[in-house]
Amino acid sequence: MSFLVKRLGSAVSLLFGASIIVFLMLSPAFGDIAFNVLGENATPEQAAQLNTELGLDQPLIIQYTQWLLGALTGDLGTSLYSTQTVSAALAARMPVTVALVVLVTLLSGVLGFAIGVAAAIKRGWLDRALQFIATLGDALPAFIVALFLVTLFAIQLGIFPATGYTKFSTDPAAWARSMTLPVLALTVVAVAGVAQQVRSSMIAVLRQDFVRTLRSRGLSETRVVLGHVLRNASTTGLTSLAVQVVGILGGAVVIEQIFALPGLGSLAVQASGRSDVHVVLGTVTAYVVIVVVVNLLVDLAIAWLNPKVRLS
Amino acid sequence: MSLITTSVTRARTRGQGATSRLLRNPLGVASAVVLVLIVLGAVAVPFLGLPDPGVADLREALQASSTEHLLGTDSSGRDVLSRLLWGARINLAGAVLALMVAVLIGLPTGLVAGYYGGWFDSVANWFTNLNMALPGIVVLLAVRAVAGPSVWISMAVFGVLLSPSVFRIVRAAVQGVRGELYVDAARVSGLGDARIIGRHVVTVVRAPVIIQSARLASIAIAIQAGLEFLGLSDASVPSWGSMLNEGFRRIFVNPSLVLWPSLGIGLTTMALILLGNAMRDALEDRGSSASVRTGRTERIDAADEGRSSLLSVRDLEVSYGIGDAKNTVVFDVSLDVAPGEVLGLVGESGSGKSQTAFSVLGLLPDGGWISRGSLRFEGMELTTLPPQQRRKLRGAGIAYVPQEPLNNLDPSYRIGYQLTEPLRMAMGMSRQAAKERALDLLARVGIPDPEATFRAYPHEISGGMAQRVLIAGAVAGKPKLLIADEPTTALDVTVQAEVLDLLRDLRTESGMGVLLVTHNFGVVADICDRVAVMQSGRIVETGGVQDILECPSHVYTRTLLDSMLDDSGDVRVYTGPTEGEAS
Repeated sequence: MSFLVKRLGSAVSLLFGASIIVFLMLSPAFGDIAFNVLGENATPEQAAQLNTELGLDQPLIIQYTQWLLGALTGDLGTSLYSTQTVSAALAARMPVTVALVVLVTLLSGVLGFAIGVAAAIKRGWLDRALQFIATLGDALPAFIVALFLVTLFAIQLGIFPATGYTKFSTDPAAWARSMTLPVLALTVVAVAGVAQQVRSSMIAVLRQDFVRTLRSRGLSETRVVLGHVLRNASTTGLTSLAVQVVGILGGAVVIEQIFALPGLGSLAVQASGRSDVHVVLGTVTAYVVIVVVVNLLVDLAIAWLNPKVRLS
Repeated sequence: MSLITTSVTRARTRGQGATSRLLRNPLGVASAVVLVLIVLGAVAVPFLGLPDPGVADLREALQASSTEHLLGTDSSGRDVLSRLLWGARINLAGAVLALMVAVLIGLPTGLVAGYYGGWFDSVANWFTNLNMALPGIVVLLAVRAVAGPSVWISMAVFGVLLSPSVFRIVRAAVQGVRGELYVDAARVSGLGDARIIGRHVVTVVRAPVIIQSARLASIAIAIQAGLEFLGLSDASVPSWGSMLNEGFRRIFVNPSLVLWPSLGIGLTTMALILLGNAMRDALEDRGSSASVRTGRTERIDAADEGRSSLLSVRDLEVSYGIGDAKNTVVFDVSLDVAPGEVLGLVGESGSGKSQTAFSVLGLLPDGGWISRGSLRFEGMELTTLPPQQRRKLRGAGIAYVPQEPLNNLDPSYRIGYQLTEPLRMAMGMSRQAAKERALDLLARVGIPDPEATFRAYPHEISGGMAQRVLIAGAVAGKPKLLIADEPTTALDVTVQAEVLDLLRDLRTESGMGVLLVTHNFGVVADICDRVAVMQSGRIVETGGVQDILECPSHVYTRTLLDSMLDDSGDVRVYTGPTEGEAS
């Protein structure tokens, strides 16, 4: 229980810290938002007026407090370019990104664990082949993989749509088709890191003394490996999966753009391009919330698997 | 074990330096060549006489490869090759900028945090965690919103975001050497902290930082290209990402426009990662997986005469690796254990006694194998027994008590589960029967509250308790032979005596034979009937305990005994019958 409280505490502090830093970064000290919005030919008066409208002429601490109080009640401000509230925009975009990230995380988790365990046990050529493929996946940015997939499956073979998004509620089959290539591109990259981690921690656990003792008791190799070694190695694997989620979210920003998926990423790109501060701040916060929630889930899983973490 | 570990390492290294190992790695060399070519192209492009990368000529749009335009032209009629090479300049420069910022921040803070620790460490850690909660590109999008499309500002900020990974590596490396003797020596000899960090510590972090830099440069190139691809950086500057952006819009018309910048990005990021891995492997000297391979046991013709009915080992030879890398660590070991007998296998660490014990169990570490000899258990030849049958012998026929009690329990499961699992799985007991038997066993080995220990996790009990649990687990299957590998070494002196008493009683009750591995003649005097002395992988002397303690015939045995008696007390702790003769 105290473990859960501690984790929640650190999650909240992370959320605070991130919002403060992003807020500071977005404060006019780093550039003149008004001119970015109004264009370079705007008069200083127009700029000053916009700054007042946006509350940018107030001290930062007040600006931040106002934003935070609003954020806590679900009011993240309004877009500079439309009447849509930031919360409404986020609510519309969030499901696409979350679906993408959850699918990729699950898929790369399952595949990464399977590949990592196989490589650790079989070693030899299988291990070397997996190592090499994992290195490629690790090295290539997701968008390069995505461009390759688009060229192959959408343009050459015409199996999947190159771009466009269909809502799940409209047509589940079309939704699945529109999500396949994006999910695949992100998984290829994420699975590599998970598999590597699982492999090396499996090998490390296999070398531990207690494995020999378990074998000396006459337990079958399957029970020793899957029941004991994997359980002890899974903590590291899950931690690396949590780290991968941050990478998946980052990769999804570009991937959403390539496949024209209306997610958080394309919202952030659009807002960033036209300095729509409130939207930018809102999307960044949404990203941090996703990461924090995922980390919390992973921590819970780790605590469930590892009594030392839970009890200390 | 130390002898074995060093000889195994020696077999792997064979006097090659890190550089030559790197040069022998084909992927590493190929990556280095690719990177050098890309850097050369980027540096030399102004002198190659290529068309201006920015000059558009719509009449020449989307041309195929020609002598004038080697890689053709893009949709504005600009030369693709020229843009590719000028783009390399921008992308490499961006990566270098990010890397410089990351190292400038991460290196000094990591040095300070690693060397001094304390609050600085915790603050820096918090920032690291915070940083890891934010996808880098999302932060850069925010930066772009205020700072405009300058790629240099973006990459400088990205350098800040990368700095924690430099920090972590530097800190870990420094923490690793902080306690080392030569750093202490430098401190004692009056060198200031700054000098110590500068002279002794920086050398340690150099290699890891260079390796990590390759990785970070790869990430930086990917992220910069991503930003450019999103159309968020200055489109007038030729770069790989903006070429991708341009090409992607015409991917149905001319896919090759996407191909070239993709190749540039993919090859560079991949070469950086592969080179980093190759450098790491060369420095850490990760052996190839070849050392895991084992060979076939050479059989011997041993006379049946004089072989014990329980365990009989003849001419055992244990090796690691095969072919050129083969390293033999146990030679011609012959020994016998009779039912109800305790044989002590004595020798200093690295003498091969544990390897002998593991051979009998059939549980040699990776790469180890029995290269020659005969192992017979109850008349059965173990070296030719299929693995499945060998496994069935473990627990019920041959059991094992390890040296370090706390490392030998699975930290993730309760004691009860670990005791009952083999009873249920290997011996087919019901859950209830297994639990009753486990509780009986825990009571038998002298655990005061069996129920509580049954429910406890390994980290909740003491070393002495854990060793009793392990003994309970070992005798649970009513084995005929117990192999105890230094069962008392990790325990307190008082607990040692109790554990030996327990082993002795269990032996008397069940009539099992015991092969007791130890370096301690006190233990031998206390519990053993006979003793075999090992040195450098060979048995040098075998005999009754009394004979060997009273008049050792081999010089090595005498040295061992003398050294025992020199360092006081140990022998007298035990209350065995032969103690008088020993001292």
